[in-house]
Amino acid sequence: MSMIFGVPLAVLSGQLLIGIINGAFYALLSLGLAVIFGLLKIINFAHGAMYMLGAMTTVLMFDYLGVNYWVALLLAPLLVGAFGVAIEYFLLRRIAGQDHIYSLLLTFGIALIISGVLVNWFGVSGLRYAMPDMFKGGVNLGFMFMPYYRAWVIVAALVVCFGTWFVIEKTKLGAYLRAGTEDSQLMQGFGINVPLLISLTYGFGVALAAFAGVLAAPIYSVTPVMGSATLITVFAVVVIGGMGSIGGAIITGILMGVIEGLTKTFYPPASSAVIFLVMVLVLMFRPSGLFGKEA
Amino acid sequence: MTMMKKLLTSAVASAMMASGAQAAISNDTVKIGYLADMSGTYRDLAGPNGLKALEMAIADFGGQVNGAKIEVVSADDRNSPDTSSSTVRRWVENEDVDLVAGMVASSVSIAVSKILEENDRLGIISGSAASSITNEHCTPNHIHYVYDTYPLANGTASAVVKEGGKTWYMLTADYAFGHALEGDVTRVVEANGGEIVGTVRHPFPTQDFSSFILQAQASGADVIGLANAGADTTNAITTASEFGVTQSGQTLAALLLFLTDVHALGAQTAQGIQLTTGWYWDMNDETREWSDRFMEETGVRPTMVHAGIYSSTMQYLNAVDATGSDDAQTVRKQMMDTPINDMFAKNGKIRVDGRMVHDMYLAEVKTPAESKNEWDLYKILRTIPAEESYRPLSESKCKLVNN
Amino acid sequence: MNQPVNSADIHKAIVEEQAAQDRKKMMLNGVLLLILLAAPFMIYPVFLMKILCFALFAVAFNLLFGFTGLLSFGHAAFLATGGYTTGYLLSNYSGLTTEMGIIAGTLAATLLGTGFALLSIRRQGIYFAMVTLALAQLVFFFFVQSEFTGGEDGMHGIPRGELLGFINLEDNLNMYYFVLVVFIACYLLVQRIVNSPYGQVLKAIKQNEPRAVSLGYNVDRYKVLAFVISAALAGLAGSMKSVVFQLASLNDAHWHMSGEVILMTLVGGMGTLLGPVVGATFVVNIEYQLSQGALRDWVDPILGGIFVLTVLAFRSGIVGEIQKFVKKNLG
Repeated sequence: MSMIFGVPLAVLSGQLLIGIINGAFYALLSLGLAVIFGLLKIINFAHGAMYMLGAMTTVLMFDYLGVNYWVALLLAPLLVGAFGVAIEYFLLRRIAGQDHIYSLLLTFGIALIISGVLVNWFGVSGLRYAMPDMFKGGVNLGFMFMPYYRAWVIVAALVVCFGTWFVIEKTKLGAYLRAGTEDSQLMQGFGINVPLLISLTYGFGVALAAFAGVLAAPIYSVTPVMGSATLITVFAVVVIGGMGSIGGAIITGILMGVIEGLTKTFYPPASSAVIFLVMVLVLMFRPSGLFGKEA
Repeated sequence: MTMMKKLLTSAVASAMMASGAQAAISNDTVKIGYLADMSGTYRDLAGPNGLKALEMAIADFGGQVNGAKIEVVSADDRNSPDTSSSTVRRWVENEDVDLVAGMVASSVSIAVSKILEENDRLGIISGSAASSITNEHCTPNHIHYVYDTYPLANGTASAVVKEGGKTWYMLTADYAFGHALEGDVTRVVEANGGEIVGTVRHPFPTQDFSSFILQAQASGADVIGLANAGADTTNAITTASEFGVTQSGQTLAALLLFLTDVHALGAQTAQGIQLTTGWYWDMNDETREWSDRFMEETGVRPTMVHAGIYSSTMQYLNAVDATGSDDAQTVRKQMMDTPINDMFAKNGKIRVDGRMVHDMYLAEVKTPAESKNEWDLYKILRTIPAEESYRPLSESKCKLVNN
Repeated sequence: MNQPVNSADIHKAIVEEQAAQDRKKMMLNGVLLLILLAAPFMIYPVFLMKILCFALFAVAFNLLFGFTGLLSFGHAAFLATGGYTTGYLLSNYSGLTTEMGIIAGTLAATLLGTGFALLSIRRQGIYFAMVTLALAQLVFFFFVQSEFTGGEDGMHGIPRGELLGFINLEDNLNMYYFVLVVFIACYLLVQRIVNSPYGQVLKAIKQNEPRAVSLGYNVDRYKVLAFVISAALAGLAGSMKSVVFQLASLNDAHWHMSGEVILMTLVGGMGTLLGPVVGATFVVNIEYQLSQGALRDWVDPILGGIFVLTVLAFRSGIVGEIQKFVKKNLG
């Protein structure tokens, strides 16, 4: 068997594929953050909590209402998105125009409240969510066993990512959005309801996080604290990509998934730290991230 | 006010000592402080329900001991040794707390035991896994009750190797607890003629285990050993099931799983996993009777830690009753001299190093067909006698053991 | 004000008002000092020392955040480095007196701070916060991996030893007054820095960095120095904390700790001298009281609520709001 740095080629290909899958997942999460920061200049530290809410909603809707996976895939992001709209409307709006740091602190506080309350209601051991029947099993690719569900994750995540990128960067709606958030008075003059646009944008950003949460429900332990560790990693991805760059978040997400995957193969203990190492290095040479505009 | 009280108490105490009277119960009150993670990662295995177990023990005992009343105070340890230190120092120095119970995170347990030693009070640690608590960190002022990493590795690893799982691949949480488990497993596997063919140390916490499971699959080992805990273990098991680990003929051995973890996974995902536990609610009439009462209080079945908190509190109160004293050394000696025979343990013994040794059980998670309800999760395969389970005193590094 | 007035009169009035304010401040400080001196007879000393250590930590952080406008999200690294270094040295070299251990811990944090500063100082705003976070995560990784920290078990049984070789710090009162003296010295130092010409430049940088550059200041050098001083004081806080509690743990290195010091500073009032002290007292107290009481399972959501409330309603913090109130109604 051919080896690369002492690792069989077959194993390495498997790790690369796994890296891409995880990367697609990171891309989806960081995309929401990038949308929120890029358009609204809000540093959303509640993003991990929204991801968790997506997963929790999926499980609870199934347990209490019998809502299946496919419906949840649509419904959970809608519900969490609506919750996000409420948060924007009642809380974040009040600090519009203040230093970014206040949005970070406010959303961090919101995240603490959400996860703290849910811990008291549901504990921390995790809620059970069965894999949907049609995704059970997998296919042998020769170098690894590929569960069907992971294949679905990569497809779903990438479709949503590129769809979002397309809408924001290439359509008229996206142009309104970008213009509305950059020069709200002008757009208001054109008869566009800018405050509503802002609420909806925040709602959309957190709905993306919730969508990632639904994707995570069958494969990860669903607990009220599942978002907090993920949050910091995803933030690192967005910063490396360049805060606010939507395409940057997607590409960097996938890239970081692969880099993390390779670290898990060659030096596993460092796999949670490697992203921060990359972040320090990138920011040293490109102060606004890989794809960010110079401030 | 408190200064006065302290002066008075010590004056009374010295007067009594001078008159040669037996130590008595200070302030006519036995005060128990319950300290545990009430809101963080370790909440479910002890937490608020552990306090319920403790209160059940006090109620069952009759609410008072030897004419003295029993009071309970409780606090969230925030998984932080300094918050816990502040709390326990105030408890013992200002509030005359006699016993500190609960405790999960090893950093908390070790910090608290040092304070108890300084102030000569007693602690009973029920939630921690670290065997160092009664080894290099032992003190004459604490007891480690329910389990530790030593029997976990011993029980599961030796059973699995004997059943033919000769080659092992370890997934180890990269911190002291994981390293200790991994070390113990390695020793047991090799002693039984097995071999560790590979190890991967993953960061704590890790959400996605697919990469590690893939490496474990590629190793071709008979057994994948999980030397981690909590969400790491449940995530690893979920991923293993998704990647068809068991279908491809590999066995999973989880070294530390609580009932709450298995309940979260469900029989479908967790079936067939072997594990070692210090206690299970559905073992006999005695355990079932107590668990039913516990479930009425809390709505869930107890973990081994909950049962241990109940049992150890009972033992403590019995010892206070028998000696008529709440002095730490008097009570600890009485507890060491009295074998433990209750719903939690048969012939349990507290050794000089503070380790409570009792029979452990090798269990296997039931299949969905065998499992009659959501808490009907374990089959007990074998009882592992106490003397085979725990680290023998001859290997101890504890300062209280003459080696 | 629309009356034409003699400039000498204005000058005199300003001087008088300044003097009156100084007298008020002196009195306030005197009262505070008395309270601090008497406190250990009423409140449990170890708890007071914990507050003082965190207050120093917050004061250090505020020098950077409140006065220079640099948000570091990695200050936990300095707290932990100070604590672990001091703890390791005092545990392993019995010849060291306590203050030597503390000085060594502070130096280690200073060194680390210099490294952080050099790597991060050219970054702006949120990127600065993120680089410091990333560096602190790498430091956390190092502490998790290192044998000497005891991993998640923590480092325990650090001897308090003797100050200068003859003052027994095992005694809580001795320890308290030592911590108090160090704290007051550091507080005065920061006060001095803030009011010095150097401090004025820092404030100018905070308000308008390009202008400070165009005035010919080497802004980066000023910022690096502020960062290093801040890191050193944070390290000192960590060193003292490890001696007080006789332990050091990973909690001090975790990014939550970096978040907590932001909360303390913000709640107390950033950019004021006394704010971080009040904020640290408030946060440590509330966390401690809550964890004991009937609400002990709800500490996190309540802390979250305080965050939200502060940001929405009391952005100037406790001290800032009081100052505003005093100015409006009494000034």
